[in-house]
Amino acid sequence: MTYATLNRSMVRSIAGLAASTLVAVLGAAGMANAADTLLIRNATVHTLTSEARAGTDVLIREGRIVEIGRGLSAPNGVRVIDAQGRPVTPGIFAGLSRIGLEEIGLESTTGDHAQRLGQMRPEFDVSLAYNPAAMSVGVHRSNGLTFTVLTPGAASGGSLVAGLGAPVSFGESGILPQRILFVDLGGDANDLSGGSRAAQFMLLRQAIVEARAPNLVMVHDERLLSPSGRQVLLDFLKNQGLIVFDVDRAADIRNVIRLVREEKLRAVIRGGSEAWRIAGELAAAQIPVILDPLVNLPDSFDDLGATLENAARLRKAGVTVAISMRGSEVDDAGKARQAAGNAVAHGMPWADGLAAITRVPAEIFGIADRFGSLAIGRPADLVMWSGDPLEVSSAALLVVSNGTVQSLESRHTALRDRYVERVRSGAAR
Amino acid sequence: MSTQNPRNRCLTLAVALCSTLLGVSACSTTGAVAKSDAGATKSAAGTRAAPSSPASTPTPVYPSTYKAVETPPTLIRNATLLTGTGARLDATDLLLRDGKIAAIGTSLAAPTGARIIDANGRWVTPGIIDVHSHLGVYPSPGVEAHSDGNEATAPSTAQVWAEHSVWPQDPGFEAALAGGITTLQVLPGSANLFGGRSVVLKNVSSVTYQGMKFPDAPQGLKMACGENPKRVYGNRRQLPSTRMGNVAGWRAQWIEAQEYQRDWRQYEARLAAGAKDLRPPKRDLRLETLAGVLRGEILIQHHCYRADEMAIVLDMAREFGYKVTAFHHATEAYKIANLLAENNVCAAMWADWWGFKMESYDAIPENLLLVDAAPGSCAIVHSDSSEGIQRLNQEAGKIMASALRMGQQIKPEHAITWLTRNAARALGIDSVTGTLEVGKNADVVVWNRDPFSVYALTDQVFIDGNLRLDRSRPRGAPESDFLLGQPATVAATSETAP
Repeated sequence: MTYATLNRSMVRSIAGLAASTLVAVLGAAGMANAADTLLIRNATVHTLTSEARAGTDVLIREGRIVEIGRGLSAPNGVRVIDAQGRPVTPGIFAGLSRIGLEEIGLESTTGDHAQRLGQMRPEFDVSLAYNPAAMSVGVHRSNGLTFTVLTPGAASGGSLVAGLGAPVSFGESGILPQRILFVDLGGDANDLSGGSRAAQFMLLRQAIVEARAPNLVMVHDERLLSPSGRQVLLDFLKNQGLIVFDVDRAADIRNVIRLVREEKLRAVIRGGSEAWRIAGELAAAQIPVILDPLVNLPDSFDDLGATLENAARLRKAGVTVAISMRGSEVDDAGKARQAAGNAVAHGMPWADGLAAITRVPAEIFGIADRFGSLAIGRPADLVMWSGDPLEVSSAALLVVSNGTVQSLESRHTALRDRYVERVRSGAAR
Repeated sequence: MSTQNPRNRCLTLAVALCSTLLGVSACSTTGAVAKSDAGATKSAAGTRAAPSSPASTPTPVYPSTYKAVETPPTLIRNATLLTGTGARLDATDLLLRDGKIAAIGTSLAAPTGARIIDANGRWVTPGIIDVHSHLGVYPSPGVEAHSDGNEATAPSTAQVWAEHSVWPQDPGFEAALAGGITTLQVLPGSANLFGGRSVVLKNVSSVTYQGMKFPDAPQGLKMACGENPKRVYGNRRQLPSTRMGNVAGWRAQWIEAQEYQRDWRQYEARLAAGAKDLRPPKRDLRLETLAGVLRGEILIQHHCYRADEMAIVLDMAREFGYKVTAFHHATEAYKIANLLAENNVCAAMWADWWGFKMESYDAIPENLLLVDAAPGSCAIVHSDSSEGIQRLNQEAGKIMASALRMGQQIKPEHAITWLTRNAARALGIDSVTGTLEVGKNADVVVWNRDPFSVYALTDQVFIDGNLRLDRSRPRGAPESDFLLGQPATVAATSETAP
């Protein structure tokens, strides 16, 4: 199995999404162990593949959605949850993150998201460091986030080709087989490219040449890539594996579009604070943008065009938009719903806002058969909310991930519960 | 690429730690204010914000040049008022005149020439106050040349004043205004045990910081607990490299300050007794700041995460006879909520920051709720972030969601106190702003809907009665000179594409 063939399967699953059949879904990756059976009654169900439906029931049997409709009959002994009209959505995307790769941001022994080998190592697969027992996994899952894409970082002393990331479920199934290549561009990557963003494209082109000509005779010192790195990169080139370019300035994004066209790559823009400026070109190139809608200040000279309307303008131009926070701390992911709500407050249609943290990222990363929408035959991955899922004042009341009802408790609630009575009795001192 | 964290949380220290983009931030501070009106009201402290010595009659230095814009009265009719005193008044009118709140009631008559805003049930709150910002001292863009928030060259730099680093052209100020921010405290970063003096600013457009300086607001002194000072100086093999080193470092400074104060008092006493040809003690800017704290004129804003360290700081304050006004960040404040309340110390907190450093590992989203539940508490939502300051209302909304998960309901009229009245207390300006009460400054926000909604936008923002923002007007040029005329703020044309 190769990385890129996995990515090809993603393409197929995107294409087949709307028409997914029970057979196709049953053929999807294996499901986990504990699977629950329950009936959610009288919910407003956002399937993400059709209009929201009020007064609708969802029947989950042994972890899979088996019926969505009105007035479903409850099988004997099944657990019934009365949603009282509350919204039910697919589980929320936690963005491109370090969740499970880092316990504490400032403690290097707990962080594994980046290599500092001083070499370009596209074969660096960060998912090998994933720890499903990390505190952040349980915290985010209890708040209705059910999947993320583990993302390698381009650290000082590493490479602008950050390495491979992978989608991961916060349910029992863990790391999924897809692999995505991450590349970091722009002014803040200048220290990884000899001080110039022009050299970033030069290095990428050189790496591509090396990968495509594995028998090229080179003195060892002149090589950018190791033999295994060449193999991984070649796989992505031949099979159009998904490459995420972290880039903000419009002029840099244009260079990416050109590279993608000339080298026949399949790309996603991450960041894209100035993407709206060339929205038409991105739409024409069919390159999605994964952005943080809260970025509106000129944090750097790559972000002078940053605006709260980035998401709305891109959507209006027909660009596919997903949401991921710019901040890379593990807690940042918790702002995904808030970010989507803010995009809506600044002009993005509400349905697009919800899709940007559910269906769209699942499609981009080739995992739409597992995440991002609700359909019969799928493993249940859904959340019932106290109110509008994009509202900051809404909370997750029921979380089903990978077919299993998840605890709403976490290390956070354990700490809360230890101290709440002490405060009430005056003993918190 | 964008690895920069908009929260600016670890910047100070980050230079050594973050591989990319640095320079931007400052890592959290603290601040608390006494709950008692005596402690919180400005008394004389504000006017003596810059005492030249413990002895002399202070002449304000670097004085505020802010003058409220003269503006016709404004009558806001039929609003849903969250007064910031804990009350909600439906279908109520609010009259702003001569920069003050002139009347609150029903069927108020419009003075001649008044601007009339029919709120039609929209929500009106006091101006939002952020007690923890680094706008201006870590401005956008976060280039090296803008890294002006941490004088990280010695563990005690109580002599520096954040206001002398403020760049009034920071585009973050106008962005914060759109989030309803009318007043903010700008602090030095947290690299040092004593980081320097803070300044309270009005969120008005000015070429000089003096034009933004909140008249008569006391300055604060930024202090920092825990990891940041010991990391910065420990890496240089100097004190402090440990938490015990932090405490020893603070105490040594307070002892110096007490001696300094004693020397000046002796001098004053001799002068008063008619002694001739006395030489005054030598002025020391660092010790002047600390002496200002001992005299109660400068408010302690103490960056501190862990409960055990906050308790040590309270003991230290008793040892040297000063007051801690607020702990900032205070991610473990919930563990000592009663202790903080009994000491009249505010806690300024985030809604959902956790896990980014060991001392924030026990941060929980319910932190503020538990602090708030202690009788006599003073809970504040703060930002420490150029992004967060734009939506403190949403931060409060998230905390309300945490309450829901505990089976509690927080009313909007209560939640607003975290962003207005309590924040004003922590800055010693609660006698003039932070609530909608007759006689207070007309710092007022009209929201298009429930302000704790993610969809809420500010329709109008008034500072001292002057309409600073009006969403119904076409957007004008950016206030920041930096953003003026930037080609990147307009859409690129496709023709230029290769």
